[in-house]
Amino acid sequence: MNLRRDVFQAIADPTRRAILVLVATQSMTAGAIASNFDTARPTVSKHLQILTECELLEQEQNGREIYYHFNAKKMKEVADFVEPFRKMWDERLNKLEAIMKNYKPKK
Amino acid sequence: MERKTKIDAREGKQDLLITREFDLPLELLFKAFIEPEIVEQWMGTKVLKLESKKHGSYRFETTDPKGNIHGFTGVIHELVPNRKLTRTFEMENTPFGVQLEIYDFERAEGTSKLNIHTIFESVTLRDELLKLPFAQGINFAHNRLQDVASKLK
Repeated sequence: MNLRRDVFQAIADPTRRAILVLVATQSMTAGAIASNFDTARPTVSKHLQILTECELLEQEQNGREIYYHFNAKKMKEVADFVEPFRKMWDERLNKLEAIMKNYKPKK
Repeated sequence: MERKTKIDAREGKQDLLITREFDLPLELLFKAFIEPEIVEQWMGTKVLKLESKKHGSYRFETTDPKGNIHGFTGVIHELVPNRKLTRTFEMENTPFGVQLEIYDFERAEGTSKLNIHTIFESVTLRDELLKLPFAQGINFAHNRLQDVASKLK
């Protein structure tokens, strides 16, 4: 089992969701983000790392500082996560409809 | 193309509702859920057993492209022809638990409507199952990328 970071794992954590809400309004440095939490700085760094790995956050070097941006496109993907499930059922039921339209009772 | 199948999965709930209208008479729609040969065709699965009656049981099997066999089983709690089917559903050897499925069949003018209400053991299990096709999609894309990348080496 690999340790692939997935978006759902990322947003399952309340602190990480809070970080996303913060960064959504403006790009921030790790220090500025951490100052909003009582959590230890290394813990916040770990959260930032996870969010970056799954592309919900993007880093940008600005002089000596690294700023974190919110990647809205990735978030849209999360909002649409039910869509593949819907599509799977839609295809299945389309097939049912097509089969039954051609259905001829036996005998 | 128009989206015919609707999914209603509210946040924080442990159930979901699938609704769909069919350009089929109600009797034909219902038949598609109780006749083993028809279920096999549209579900794309092998039907090893399907006792379409109260307290009957069923077992389906599919084989994935890697040759692994996946079993699906359950028991029919209630069956009212052309109206209602209540059954349990379980994917064997998975952590998703047992689902309670209530199929409600409705007649309309020459057409029919199906409401599938699925209740999960918990909110988490429902969300995990909902994400499955999404996660599989990502995994497939990921695997394809790995294949391409490994050829580049």
